[in-house]
Amino acid sequence: MTVASRPSPSRLRGGRVTLAHGGGGRAMRVLIDELFTSVFKPDSAEDQARLMTPALQQPGARLALTTDGYVVTPVEFPGGDIGKIAVCGTINDLAVGGAVPLWLSASFIIEEGCDIALLRRLVASMAREADAAGVSIVTGDTKVVEKGSCDTVFITTSGVGVIAPGDDLRAEHIRPGDVAIVNGMLGDHGATILAARGDLALSAPLQSDCRSLGHLMQAVLTACPGLRAARDATRGGLASALNEMAMAAGVSVELDESALPIRPEVRGMCEILGLDPLYLANEGALVLFVPQAEADAALAAMRSVPAGQGAAVVGRAAARGTVPVTMRSAFGGTRIVDMLVGEQLPRIC
Amino acid sequence: MRYVEEFRDPKAAKGVLGAIARVAGDIGATAQDSVRIMEICGGHTHAIFRYGLDRLVHEGIDFIHGPGCPVCVLPMSRVDECVEIAQRPGVIFTTFGDAMRVPGSQKSLGQAKADGADIRMVYSPLDALDLARRNPAREVVFFGLGFETTTPSTALTLQQAHRDGVGNFSVFCNHITVPPPIKALLDDPHMRLDGFVGPGHVSMVIGIHPYDFIARDYGKPIVVAGFEPLDLLQSVLMVLNQIRDGRAQVENQYARVVPEHGNPLSLAAMADVYEVRPSFEWRGLGEIDASGLRIRDAYRAWDAEEKFGIGYAVGRAPVREPDGCECGAVMTGRIKPTACPQFGRGCTPDTALGALMVSSEGACAAYWTYGGARATEAAQ
Repeated sequence: MTVASRPSPSRLRGGRVTLAHGGGGRAMRVLIDELFTSVFKPDSAEDQARLMTPALQQPGARLALTTDGYVVTPVEFPGGDIGKIAVCGTINDLAVGGAVPLWLSASFIIEEGCDIALLRRLVASMAREADAAGVSIVTGDTKVVEKGSCDTVFITTSGVGVIAPGDDLRAEHIRPGDVAIVNGMLGDHGATILAARGDLALSAPLQSDCRSLGHLMQAVLTACPGLRAARDATRGGLASALNEMAMAAGVSVELDESALPIRPEVRGMCEILGLDPLYLANEGALVLFVPQAEADAALAAMRSVPAGQGAAVVGRAAARGTVPVTMRSAFGGTRIVDMLVGEQLPRIC
Repeated sequence: MRYVEEFRDPKAAKGVLGAIARVAGDIGATAQDSVRIMEICGGHTHAIFRYGLDRLVHEGIDFIHGPGCPVCVLPMSRVDECVEIAQRPGVIFTTFGDAMRVPGSQKSLGQAKADGADIRMVYSPLDALDLARRNPAREVVFFGLGFETTTPSTALTLQQAHRDGVGNFSVFCNHITVPPPIKALLDDPHMRLDGFVGPGHVSMVIGIHPYDFIARDYGKPIVVAGFEPLDLLQSVLMVLNQIRDGRAQVENQYARVVPEHGNPLSLAAMADVYEVRPSFEWRGLGEIDASGLRIRDAYRAWDAEEKFGIGYAVGRAPVREPDGCECGAVMTGRIKPTACPQFGRGCTPDTALGALMVSSEGACAAYWTYGGARATEAAQ
């Protein structure tokens, strides 16, 4: 660490970010030092992070790289904030591919006038989540844009991880007869954000499920050599993730409605607004496919970590039928679970 | 979720399905010579498909989907008028989310928003009134839309605006009423309907007597129904029982919510703010006499049609529907969505020609969402 952070008192004047903080001069240096490098503690002050890990030196090991931009209103909500999501989301995109997540970059686009105390909270939240997941935030960038050009703060994170030799998770490997398993409650994040926006006048004791899934995926990989594929069910929810996987694999997936873990509060909110919990966003939920023979091992492995306490078998793959995903309702009927068109809009009445 | 699960109980459903099959058999209903029951409300259409009721009931029961989706019956010309108001300088146009994707002849409200109009989604007309209070320099317009279910909330909002003198707020009124289009359908010599499942939420406001003419003048049974699968199945059974017994009555299956005489407070607010228009244009049905509501003179200052000199305030021409679009025939139950030549081809939720494909209560959207590719194959 070559860029020393000064002890308090803070050199950041005023409580808000100004355009000067993005101008490339002294004000920007102070912002970056105090807000970011003093917390993330990168190894190098150079313009690039330089990375090495023993895992990479094994023959057959591969790098995994992913990137994602995060925008969410409000930026802080029950169970998380945009910083936590920016770390967990990118970690999860690496993890579901079987990679051990190791390094992140973080790029901030900050709106003029953004509260510096808020930024401090977001950065602390990112550092906390990265530490817990065993990931380092090794490089980053900061831009400040005029008021109105972005909404408080946008964060883009890229992540690099290592896939162990021989591991090759992909949806194409799913076979008829395989079992679909989720790690826990569905729709909590989407419902929390809807409620947190405050324009529904609905209050529910809900929390986002925002969490890292790296440890969970490693536990399943160890316990289930036959693990086929996994996806995190973020935007578009479980329905969209399953549609993508089923189409890639050339199979059909039948869900069992009565097996889906969905909180009564989330179902109630969906009933009122005319939304379908299968399409609500999650930030800490994944679905994975294993051969039937490994289903119990996968469930046990998932339940051995906190993020998998609610693991449940929710469906199974079958030979390709007329549509990728169907659901058998508790009522005995079967319906199609299609891809979402656009976004879900609340109904009139 | 209590009071909901009970109405989704598979065991109870089995019993009702069995009873439906027995009565259907008694009256000789077959797949070829079916009993045609129209569910008027779009919410019922979706519940039927969501739970697969159309495939669970006896093959002699044919669900005909009625004109009860407020977004679907909105003519293109009205969407165009919305877009025109929204694009005026200084206007904040507010709407329920459902209406954002409905195609106009040029663009939808969603597209107008992308083009720069200030269009915002609200969950209640009161949110729009708040927006007006917080933006005194702007003109806030609420897109008042829907049957008797949503009309009372718009009426109460206008009463508040009037009382508090909020001058920069107005309502573009497209409120419509359920009974007139039903009468229009019953007068159509090409329509054969054997009975009706009546709307639940509308009836919560207006009660069950506005449907008396259906039984009295046309001799058809109607049962006001709730929205859970067991509600619907029980209502179908009640319609069939009436047919078997040779009765035609207005019955109330949804008595846990629908009072016989409706909600007096809502009805009073509606009567204070609205009067019946001489006629109103419905998509696929054309102008129907006395089927829409307009804002009374006492509230004229809050009537967007008057304020902006648009719509029925200045005389208007209907807009021609896109070629090959059969929304009208689907909406009136003359054909099933899959019989429309555009279904799944020129018209999908991504490339909708008509509102029936985009509204959450539209019959085409229901066929597509819950019947998807299978329905398309059936059409081919």
